Amino acid sequence: MTRAGDLWRFPGTRAAAFAVLAYLYLPIVVLVVLSFNASDSSLARWEGFSTHWYAVAAADGNMVHSIEISLTVACVATLVGTIVATLAALATSRTRFRGQIAVEALIGLPLVVPDIVAAIAILLFFVMVGIQLGLLSLVLAHTVFTIPIAYLPIRARLAGLDPALAEAAADLYANPWQSLRRIILPLIWPGILSGAMLAFIGSLGDVVVSYFISGPGSTTLPVYVFSMVRMGVTPTVNAVSTLLIAASASLLTLSYLLGRRFN
Amino acid sequence: MERLTKPFLLAACLALLPVGAAPALAQSKELLLFNWSNYMPPDLLKRFEAETGIKVTLDTYDSNETMLAKLQAGGAGYDVVVPTGPTVQVMVRDGLLMKFDASTMANFKNVRAPFDKPAFDPERAYTVPYMWGSTGIAYDTAKVPGGKLDESWKELFEPRSQFVGLIGMLKDENDVLGAAAFYLGYDYCFEKPEEGQKVLELLEKQKPAVKVYNSEGTVDRVGGGDVAMELMWNGSFHRAHKKLATVAYIYPREGLALWGDNLAIPKGAKNVENAKLFLNWMMDPKNAAEATNFLGYNNAIKGSEQYLDASLRDDPAVNTPEEDAARFKPVRDCPKASIDLKDKIWTRLLR
Amino acid sequence: MSNARQRAGLLAPSMAVIGVLLVLPLGLMAFVSTLERGPDGGVIWSRHTLDAYLQFLFERDLLDNLVLNTDYLQIFARSIGLAATTAVLTLAIAFPIALWMAFQPPHRRTLLLFVVTVPFWTNLLVRNYAWILLLRNGGVIDRLLQATGLTHEPLNVLYSPLATGIGLVYSFLPFMILPIYVSLEKLDRRLIEAAFDLGADRWHALIRIILPLSMPGIVGGLILVFVPCLGAFVTPALLGGGKSLMIGSLIQLQFGQSRNWPFGAALAFVLLALILCALLFHALRYRRLAGRLV
Repeated sequence: MTRAGDLWRFPGTRAAAFAVLAYLYLPIVVLVVLSFNASDSSLARWEGFSTHWYAVAAADGNMVHSIEISLTVACVATLVGTIVATLAALATSRTRFRGQIAVEALIGLPLVVPDIVAAIAILLFFVMVGIQLGLLSLVLAHTVFTIPIAYLPIRARLAGLDPALAEAAADLYANPWQSLRRIILPLIWPGILSGAMLAFIGSLGDVVVSYFISGPGSTTLPVYVFSMVRMGVTPTVNAVSTLLIAASASLLTLSYLLGRRFN
Repeated sequence: MERLTKPFLLAACLALLPVGAAPALAQSKELLLFNWSNYMPPDLLKRFEAETGIKVTLDTYDSNETMLAKLQAGGAGYDVVVPTGPTVQVMVRDGLLMKFDASTMANFKNVRAPFDKPAFDPERAYTVPYMWGSTGIAYDTAKVPGGKLDESWKELFEPRSQFVGLIGMLKDENDVLGAAAFYLGYDYCFEKPEEGQKVLELLEKQKPAVKVYNSEGTVDRVGGGDVAMELMWNGSFHRAHKKLATVAYIYPREGLALWGDNLAIPKGAKNVENAKLFLNWMMDPKNAAEATNFLGYNNAIKGSEQYLDASLRDDPAVNTPEEDAARFKPVRDCPKASIDLKDKIWTRLLR
Repeated sequence: MSNARQRAGLLAPSMAVIGVLLVLPLGLMAFVSTLERGPDGGVIWSRHTLDAYLQFLFERDLLDNLVLNTDYLQIFARSIGLAATTAVLTLAIAFPIALWMAFQPPHRRTLLLFVVTVPFWTNLLVRNYAWILLLRNGGVIDRLLQATGLTHEPLNVLYSPLATGIGLVYSFLPFMILPIYVSLEKLDRRLIEAAFDLGADRWHALIRIILPLSMPGIVGGLILVFVPCLGAFVTPALLGGGKSLMIGSLIQLQFGQSRNWPFGAALAFVLLALILCALLFHALRYRRLAGRLV
């Protein structure tokens, strides 16, 4: 139904899109190149080629551990947050109901509260209630923030979804669960995937909440990196970032190729 | 592709879950260090592990203030923490530090004066010294005919024309306002509104000549020539000097800040004996020297000079000559009136 | 199951998580904002005062009278202006690429989703450092422009509002592209074809058909960019020269060197009130507008 040729109606979008992609990847190219910089700072000019920093990063047990923590927390928080957000979006996208605005405001609340206030508030609360700081506390705190991030794209997708579709399914004796699985979920899948992606990078990048809510042994990567600033950030961070991109790009390519094979 | 994306992501996530289960380390063989991420040489910590069998786990913070805030809000559990002098005073007042009397430790005899009796912990009941540094002026001598500036804060706050637009400042109200106070002849903890007004005026007049207010990246902007004059820590200067040999460090005669970082044991630490072992170990000359060589800041331990890198021994910014050391003004925690005044000036300057 | 029961069940998880893990802690924080500040930071739990809220607008002069103080208002105004500008610019840049992505063949679309977000798996600090190196005088862009003769003087972009804008728009781009893409992707092409068949030109097809139908995505994107951008302070500090405080740094300062936790909390609540009012205002307006569309 969709042909790439449809875009001939709107010339310039292709050029614009490639310009934006260039904008997105320009600093990434610089970042990757600098991971091979012999200099001891991420802000320094090129001083010669070296893979030294990759070795240093690999040998830094604390850095490696922080990557593991970050990825774990991001995965779990994204998974839970996206599921919860999907359910919420399904609820608010139907007919208007009393208290809808309050509900949507509540869902958006984590976005509005400044990081540090939320972080200290949750820390005070956890300490009061007796929740031990560690991986679990981190996941809980991150989930709060992934919910609105995932919610907004899903909600945007659901808006304007033809209600006649759900009605037709019901007419054909599909129960609500089947209607959900077979009709609605596939239709909103791009929204769910987008929401999950944004929530994932939101969680990966979080500093302030992660700092206050982490316990001994559960420092995340961004916190570890920000703590390098006082003495100077070394290209180990570039090395680690490059490896993360390489890993996700490989995952992607693999997925894509397998997808094409199976289609 | 859609069909496979979900299971792929799920599999990737599940593969990581076992990681999260924090290994249950034996209580007795562990040390939970709370520090900046790159403030201790990794090799030094590895040597400590090899010599004592104690595994060091590092958790990090990015400033004294955030470390303090977390501990004040109840986020405890660390065995060793690394506060700067003024923060030590606050932590002692708030009951956040454990008293262990460093003067009773075996290696304490190595601590050289005046670091054995600092104003913020006169009996060294709560801390042992780690690195110390000063906050002076770095400038590019190539920009000055004759290559030498007057040893005064005037050069920074009322700059010569060739430095206008090429000045970098730290973004810390204590560093900046403290330096201004020294220049104007006020106490580091000035409180009078008239004094505050003069400080504000001085800084506002200087502001157009400043290129950037940022405490990070000083080494690279000085070493790379982006700024020609900088309010700078001496250890950062040492590293910048390696990149640009024409930069020099000034010890202003009106006085400059001397600050010291320390090792302390927070209340609620589980591995207290290991912590004490670590603190004592860090007062060994060889170990202190290794930290200095890695960081570029001097240490407080007698006998470490023989292990220092030549470049550090020969750098007057790091190995401070006697006559310049007389200009040091140790920083301390200021009373509330002073803090509030400084806060107001800072906000007004940067609004 | 009745509609209302179904809805309650669907909403329960999110309401529970946010209610317990954020609303309750915020309640605690609201309480903190009414307490007296501790001498070294923290609060004195037994003493109450509304000084924190007064401090936003007033200060005490030497005679202990309340005098209007616009410092904090200026900081708020600047952050709001910056966030609004960033949101609008991001929208302008994101829309064409979202449109292009939506028109790609299916398997390529999902790939593009990832391509757009993968750069943000990297660390914010080194991304900003990359921008510093790109934008500084004598950096890659400066040298390129001078070599090709497009400019004859150093750029002087770094440590200016333009650099902050470049950096902020960059950081928030995926948060605008993806929601808009998601809205546009389900667009029925036949509507556009029909419009062209009926004699509409490109411009009108865009304004009358595409834009309104992508509105939910645009609104979602605007919220995802504007609101967090209000609290942004790392990028402005690194790329903008640090010469002025943003709301984010101001609030952080209160929990740091200023040792004024209640004021930090009060600032957050003032911000919250402002945003919720604005969102409420918009939501009510949008409801009425949306009622007129499909």
